[in-house]
Amino acid sequence: MNSGIPLQYFLILATVMFFTGVYGFLTRRNLITILMSVELILNSVNINFMAFNRFLYPNKLEGMFFSLFIIAVAASEAAVAIAIIINIYRRFTTINVEDVNEMKF
Amino acid sequence: MINFSYTIWILLLPFLMFLLLGLAGHKLKAKLSGLLGTFGLGIITFLSYLTAYKYFFTSEKIDGAFQKITALNFTWLQFTDKLHIDMGVLLDPISVMMLIVVTTVSFMVHIYSLGYMKGEKGFERFYSFLSLFSFSMLGLVLATNIFQMYIFWELVGVSSFLLIGFYYQKPSAVRASKKAFIVTRFADLGFLIGILILSFNTKTFDFISLTNPSGAAISQGSSIGFLGLSVMTWSMIFVFLGGAGKSAMFPFHIWLPDAMEGPTPVSALIHAATMVVAGVYLVARMFPIYAISAPVALDVVAYVGAFTSLFAAVIACTQTDIKRVLAYSTMSQIGYMMLALGVAKYGGETGLGYMASMFHLFTHAMFKALLFLGAGAIIHSVHSNYMTDMGGLRKYLPITHITFLIACLTISGIPPFSGFFSKDEILAAAFQSNKFLFAVEYAVAGITAFYMFRIYFSIFWGKDTQYQHTPHEAPATMTIPLIILAIGAAVSGFIPFNKLVTSDGKILETGINLVIAIPSVLIGLLGIGIAYIMYRRESTIPDKLAAMFKYSYKWAYNKFYIDELYLFVTKKIIFRYIAVPVAWFDRHVVDATMNTIASVTQGVSFRIRGFQSGQLQKYAFVFITGAIMLAVLFIYLWK
Amino acid sequence: MAANQIMFVLFSAMIVIFSILTVTSRRILRAAVYLLFVLVSTSGLYFMLNYQFLAAVQLSLYAGGIVVLIIFSILLTSHISQKFESSGLKKNIFSAIAALAGATLSIITILDYNFSATTEAAKEVTMKLIGSSLLSVNYDGYVLPFEVISILLLAAMIAAIVVAKKGAPKPTELPNINQE
Repeated sequence: MNSGIPLQYFLILATVMFFTGVYGFLTRRNLITILMSVELILNSVNINFMAFNRFLYPNKLEGMFFSLFIIAVAASEAAVAIAIIINIYRRFTTINVEDVNEMKF
Repeated sequence: MINFSYTIWILLLPFLMFLLLGLAGHKLKAKLSGLLGTFGLGIITFLSYLTAYKYFFTSEKIDGAFQKITALNFTWLQFTDKLHIDMGVLLDPISVMMLIVVTTVSFMVHIYSLGYMKGEKGFERFYSFLSLFSFSMLGLVLATNIFQMYIFWELVGVSSFLLIGFYYQKPSAVRASKKAFIVTRFADLGFLIGILILSFNTKTFDFISLTNPSGAAISQGSSIGFLGLSVMTWSMIFVFLGGAGKSAMFPFHIWLPDAMEGPTPVSALIHAATMVVAGVYLVARMFPIYAISAPVALDVVAYVGAFTSLFAAVIACTQTDIKRVLAYSTMSQIGYMMLALGVAKYGGETGLGYMASMFHLFTHAMFKALLFLGAGAIIHSVHSNYMTDMGGLRKYLPITHITFLIACLTISGIPPFSGFFSKDEILAAAFQSNKFLFAVEYAVAGITAFYMFRIYFSIFWGKDTQYQHTPHEAPATMTIPLIILAIGAAVSGFIPFNKLVTSDGKILETGINLVIAIPSVLIGLLGIGIAYIMYRRESTIPDKLAAMFKYSYKWAYNKFYIDELYLFVTKKIIFRYIAVPVAWFDRHVVDATMNTIASVTQGVSFRIRGFQSGQLQKYAFVFITGAIMLAVLFIYLWK
Repeated sequence: MAANQIMFVLFSAMIVIFSILTVTSRRILRAAVYLLFVLVSTSGLYFMLNYQFLAAVQLSLYAGGIVVLIIFSILLTSHISQKFESSGLKKNIFSAIAALAGATLSIITILDYNFSATTEAAKEVTMKLIGSSLLSVNYDGYVLPFEVISILLLAAMIAAIVVAKKGAPKPTELPNINQE
């Protein structure tokens, strides 16, 4: 099924996705888009796990379960993060990350 | 063997009383706590008399000598098999005698204070301190080993400190208590060094094995020498330093006059009768070592004692604060005792000085406590310490007058009062061994009579002073102790000390040596006569004399400027050349190092605090860059 | 070119393009939709790798759950048509450099590394196997992480409710202890 596609391709794809997420994390100002970048990063990690599982240890299920749990963690993280974002919005009437900078010296 | 194990209660009771009054005293009524303390001390006094009776009259003697009995001993601190510190109760003639002295005077002072301290703030505190003092003094007296003695020695110093500073709102009292503590503490350093040298060489702390005249301990250390003197001599001189500090011998005497800032009963108890003779007791306790293996140290004791007695007597003639006169008189009398010890030898006829010293210690405790308590009664009714404010008091204070007169006659050595006997023994002992010291003491006897009757006449006779309110006799709680002590002072001379307390425990045959007794009485009478002429009525003779010997009078009045000398040494020399550089070093090197560290940290963090901008994405950027760098480092560069 | 290679190129192209669009789009709702496309493409990759169950989870949870959640919160906090002002150029450049450097480093490492494929036969991932593994207490069972993740989800749900429900108390609403 996956013959002809080397493992490295999947990994490179995941890398590109990961660093795209990092770039978004570093540049976006809106807290929600930052959250989306985090989702991208998590997703790229999932791809890595799946590829490793399929190519290197096809007789085991660790990678798949790891991805499964990551998806669950991502879901709960998104729920809490959005709750926090809504709270911040109420408190500061903005979700611009650069305006939420009270925790400093 | 008689069972003496109950003597532990002599130590425990005052300690328990101290804890009770110190911890719960403020919850009790003031009067109740005073009565409790007095009652407790009454029991202890009874136990002490019982012990004395049993020891002197029923315990068996071996070879005609009283034995040293260890009533109790247990290991308190065990460091190694050989090095251990014990606590216990040692009974021998001097400790039993001291037991009587301490408990009697302490009991009298407890009763007296019920009246004297009535209504004072901190009444129960006063009684708890008195109990602490009684505990530590009794522990000192009954110590079985030199280390226990040292511990209680320091405790005595602490309670003295607490009691001198009893009126802690008064700056002068605070200064005096600090002075007393620091000076005696400084002297105690010598004591500690002495203990260490002594024990290092003899391998024991225990008094019985230390002072056994034929034991190994005495002969062992004497062979090693240092700077021309044997190591035993050095250790004994150091031990005597501690004794000199507590007993206010020259040059450590400066604390005692200032210590009169404390309440008068405290002066009577601590600074006249008991604590200040601890130094004498210490020398007496170590006497076999002094006499047999450190005669040079014993000479030091004799000369320091003689010098102090003369020195203090001269100053006493010029002071006007009656408590200070009594303080100098105390120093002078303790000098007597030291001298008597110093001229004695171990055992036999030459041990007369030892017995005389202990005898004088006993009688002195009685009459000096009486003098102080009498002075307290006078101050109580006149509200002044100064002789110049007093005069003609014999009409107002009859009981105090009579008892004070008895005490003055006693200290002047007029027969048949006790001072005559004990002083006579001392003079005889000095005559036996050293004519020069005898001459000094003979002169001091005259001066003593003079200054005692100087204050006696100034207070009770002299000019009729107008008092703001008529002085009245003290309450019974104060006069009864006065009467008891007056009886003690009058008759204690008939106690056969030569049979009871001698250097080797055996009976010493003595008699009154008329060649010495008659001149000593005569010089006493001469002193009294001069005082009578000068102070019986208002006269100009004292002022004329003072004017005639202007400079020497001024010197003596200012206590020979010893205090100023100390101040000069401490302030001008020690402070300027040691303390100031040390402080400079501390401030500019030690502190500065710390301050530099702190200020550099502060400066750096002030500059780098901008990193903590609150900008989340900056943090993330730094984190990711760092992570990439670490990855590069570990994957590619670390090989 | 085999069919699966075409599929892979297609999916990866979609993932890369929509990822970049997600992080660069200046309209937030569009960014959310691009993210949805990325996630769907990822689930396509899982189908390709023959993990149907996980692909289904990815679709339902990510695409159906999280993206909807995100869109809700966007609607709560922003205007739909709101355009962001572009972020600072300097910041963009530095972030891009960091991301590119990281990507380069990772790719070089990946290409350098010699992965040794196993020779063992692939296991058929059936639903039954997944279910029994999840609840198995044996050596290859996952019941402990399963329980942990359940607790985590519960806690996250409660936390989300608590955090979102209470607004920050205004200073006047703070209980004044001194007056009691």
